[in-house]
Amino acid sequence: MSPYLTSFAGGLLIGLSAILYLILTGRIAGISGIVGRLAEGANAALNGAFVIGLLLGPLLYHLAFGAWPAVTISASLPVIILAGLLVGIGSRMGSGCTSGHGVLGLARFSPRSMVAVATFLITGIVTVTLMRASL
Amino acid sequence: MTASFRSVLAALGCGTLFGFGLSLSGMLDPARVQGFLDPFGAWDPSLIFVLGGAVLVAMAGMVWVRRMPQPVLADQFQIPANRPIDRPLVLGSALFGIGWGLGGFCPGPAISALPLGFGAGLLFVIAMVAGMILHDRMLAGKV
Repeated sequence: MSPYLTSFAGGLLIGLSAILYLILTGRIAGISGIVGRLAEGANAALNGAFVIGLLLGPLLYHLAFGAWPAVTISASLPVIILAGLLVGIGSRMGSGCTSGHGVLGLARFSPRSMVAVATFLITGIVTVTLMRASL
Repeated sequence: MTASFRSVLAALGCGTLFGFGLSLSGMLDPARVQGFLDPFGAWDPSLIFVLGGAVLVAMAGMVWVRRMPQPVLADQFQIPANRPIDRPLVLGSALFGIGWGLGGFCPGPAISALPLGFGAGLLFVIAMVAGMILHDRMLAGKV
């Protein structure tokens, strides 16, 4: 299948999951919020169950397609640590990440989420462009 | 079944669907994410369709949500209030984008990639959770 089609199908399922979670539990499926609250032990059963589901997702993919999703990590370990710290601090400071702001925020036409998405797309593009230019 | 037990099952099911969707979409692959964030180089635009597909379904679903007096398994919706656009939002999102570009991982894909057994992926998640705790305990309200 074309990568455009699988990406679109994957996106549809991500959107379906986020909206089902909102309809059933009344909560926004923002992964940085879920993981951050779980790290502080808040609402551990609900947040922990969502995280366990995230871990089961690729196993289900393997059952369905007989292959693992591609993961190619090229960053060095110090860069990985810095990247993780920035993603953790930034997503909590900005009250959301690609899921909370990117999916549900845009779908709710939230001005805060539009600003957040535009901001992280710009700094992400600048970062990758500078990295590629310095190689 | 109590409502809270059903909520936990709902979270497990929605998390699994989310992780499966991420796996199918290509978002699990930092190389593809970095290709998407590289429009001035060897651009891979396919991940636009992940966000597009997800927002499309969520937008349609929001029409339904707005007509519901309350969620199925809880007393009320916990949708963030429309606060003003402030410094922590912009600074946090900017830092998040830099980390996203450097590593190619955002929180959902980083967690979902864990069972594939990459040491660097595990290191990213440990650093990410440390960053979250660091923010919530030391930086929150001080930016």
